[in-house]
Amino acid sequence: MSYWNEDHKHDYWNPYFGGFLLGILLIFTFYMTGRGLGASGAMKSTVVFALHEIAPEHVEQSAYYSRFVEKEKSPLNTWLIFEVLGAIGGAFLSGALSGRAKFRIQHSPNISSKKRLILALLGGVLFGFGSQLARGCTSGAALSGLAVMATAGFVSMMAIFGGGYLFAYFFRKNWI
Amino acid sequence: MGPLIPNELLSPEWNNVVALVIGFAFGYIMEASGFSSSRKLVGVFYGYDFAVLRVFFTAAIVAMIGILYLSKLGYVNFDDLYIQPTYMKSVIIGGLIMGLGFVVGGFCPGTSLCAAGIGKIDGLVFIFGLMLGVVLFSEFFPYLESTFNANNLGGVTLKETLGLSHEWTVFLFTAIGIVAFYITTLIGRHIRKVYY
Repeated sequence: MSYWNEDHKHDYWNPYFGGFLLGILLIFTFYMTGRGLGASGAMKSTVVFALHEIAPEHVEQSAYYSRFVEKEKSPLNTWLIFEVLGAIGGAFLSGALSGRAKFRIQHSPNISSKKRLILALLGGVLFGFGSQLARGCTSGAALSGLAVMATAGFVSMMAIFGGGYLFAYFFRKNWI
Repeated sequence: MGPLIPNELLSPEWNNVVALVIGFAFGYIMEASGFSSSRKLVGVFYGYDFAVLRVFFTAAIVAMIGILYLSKLGYVNFDDLYIQPTYMKSVIIGGLIMGLGFVVGGFCPGTSLCAAGIGKIDGLVFIFGLMLGVVLFSEFFPYLESTFNANNLGGVTLKETLGLSHEWTVFLFTAIGIVAFYITTLIGRHIRKVYY
């Protein structure tokens, strides 16, 4: 049987291999740009862009949004937006090559699709809110911070994963 | 000497091209490591899959060692690298909220992009939630501003905060990582393999 006829849906890379490549990529990113990787910043830029189109005055008067609006430069024209667009493409290629790219809602058999989507929305709201308060998420604050030994990197890593372990018990029935 | 773009050794026009290429690799590596699956990701919190811990720690260790070497060998000026400021109060509270969001929603922002990239509706909904969270934060910003700006230590590393040299930081972090890899492997032997 050829490679293409087999089911590769569950063939993930060895995690140490994936981690090694991610580390090399992070070094390359710092070498090129002087900064690390990120994700939540792109969501913030998208929100600022969308609201600036709908309600420019509200955005310009807001104490938080207005920090990210510059004259004659779209809020979407940021490094992170391009990085995130690339990431979506990269994920699609990897998923397509392994037969994982298809429309679906993934959830534990113990919960319904509807419940999964509600939880995904709530989790997103919390993560989005927390990432703004902490000035970055798992990639921008924790991983990239660790790469340059930033105190904020260590603290945010411990807070994110510590928070996860702290609250995991209460949500166990949604996962196991 | 690097970093290349800020030091204008590579013209700023390349910035967005570099971003696309780096992002592509970032997404590919995460998806291939299984980070597009919320059930695989949260396994780290319930002990049935430690992929997150292994990938994350390995990446951090490799990057730390590499960047330290690049600066020692003179390829990159460590002082030119961006060290994000440490606002102790907001980073702890924000981090805990993110941890809660992780076990509720099953993703973090980067991994939700990977999930959406391969067509997972729950990933897409999580991204929509992230944006709502940003809006919520902005609208309540006047009430959050004092917490947001409290305890600013500036752009510090563990050298300034704990007096730990970069070399010792890398050594200790690597040692902790190896112990964590060993312990989670022992735990993993007792747990049934799940496919999702």
